[in-house]
Amino acid sequence: MLAIVVDDSRAMRLILRRIVGQLGFDVIEAGDGKEALDALAGLDDLPQLALVDWNMPNMNGLEFVSAVRADARLREMTLVMVTTESEQSQIVRALAAGAHEYVIKPFTAGAMVEKLALLGLVPSGVTI
Amino acid sequence: MSLSAADFTFVSGLVRREAAIVLGPGKEYLVEARLLPVARQAGVSSVAEFLARVQQRPEPGALSGIVDALTTNETSWFRDREPFAALTESVLPQLVAARAASRRLRVWSAACSSGQEPYGLAITLQQFLPAGWTYEILGSDISHEMIERARTGAYSQIEVNRGLPANLLVHYFERAGAHWRITPTLRRNVSFQRMNLAAPLPVMAPFDLIFLRNVLIYFDVDTKRTVLRNVGKLLRPDGWLFLGAAETTIGVDDSYERVAAGRTSAYRLRTAVPAGIAGKG
Repeated sequence: MLAIVVDDSRAMRLILRRIVGQLGFDVIEAGDGKEALDALAGLDDLPQLALVDWNMPNMNGLEFVSAVRADARLREMTLVMVTTESEQSQIVRALAAGAHEYVIKPFTAGAMVEKLALLGLVPSGVTI
Repeated sequence: MSLSAADFTFVSGLVRREAAIVLGPGKEYLVEARLLPVARQAGVSSVAEFLARVQQRPEPGALSGIVDALTTNETSWFRDREPFAALTESVLPQLVAARAASRRLRVWSAACSSGQEPYGLAITLQQFLPAGWTYEILGSDISHEMIERARTGAYSQIEVNRGLPANLLVHYFERAGAHWRITPTLRRNVSFQRMNLAAPLPVMAPFDLIFLRNVLIYFDVDTKRTVLRNVGKLLRPDGWLFLGAAETTIGVDDSYERVAAGRTSAYRLRTAVPAGIAGKG
């Protein structure tokens, strides 16, 4: 299984890489939405999962989510927003744009695992 | 339950070192309650025995188990998904058929801790029940503190991250400063009451559905029997009882029968189950 972590914070990419790595995902990283789309364009086998920050330079997470949903090649990817943006209206916007789930920072590793279990990407009850 | 001062110092020091979480005086009960399942899993019957062993031979696995138990097991929403899936797939359709005349359900979440289970049940019923149905949910817990917390219906950002799908968060919660609060519509169907399950229970109308999960594990066999007998008196003859995945009535109280419910098991009063319908577990 492959995941892409899209976040402009290297530290956050590392944390997410470690969490999904422990769940058996190989991980590629991108520092913003544009970089992520470029990386995906070069891949034959696409990730099953994208963990996407909201506020990033060049292309933000919401724009990335919309771009992925509009692209038939990428549409099957499961999108999880992982962000400090915590207003109700923003969560609604992200879901409407096509995000499958939304994790508010700060979060625990357990919370991330539970969200991925909700999405059927890891078996229910798995802990790391 | 009692935790020695030395044991509490050991645990609070460990948790402070490993997770930067301070367990101040008065948290002995929390430590004991959280570590009992860990102790049982390690094959010993008491927290004191478990901590003695760990302090004698500290093993990384045991130490991290203690830290996890005290730091990462905030109650999750829809904890262990199967019972909730069983409700919508199997139990609620049967109850809706059986209660077509009254169009009313009564549900009890016994040992509800900070309220995620009763509110999670309210969300489930809100989504499932046909228009015109009403329901009431009682959440009970032995801890005054937990009951007061649950009544507020307010949860931190970290708590709403735990197992709660984002679409349910935006539907059934409202932002309240740094917290998220259950909507008034949902809250008005859920009430809370402090209750000791091992003591004689208050007089209550019987329930169609009782969630008594992850609480029997704390009791010895005699107390389990007492609790199950008391609870059984409050379960309608065709009602359903859900226990934790590691709990059973088998060998404790013969008046229940384990039956299939979705991909998990539930318990019904023996006389209630028509032969041939429910698979024995």
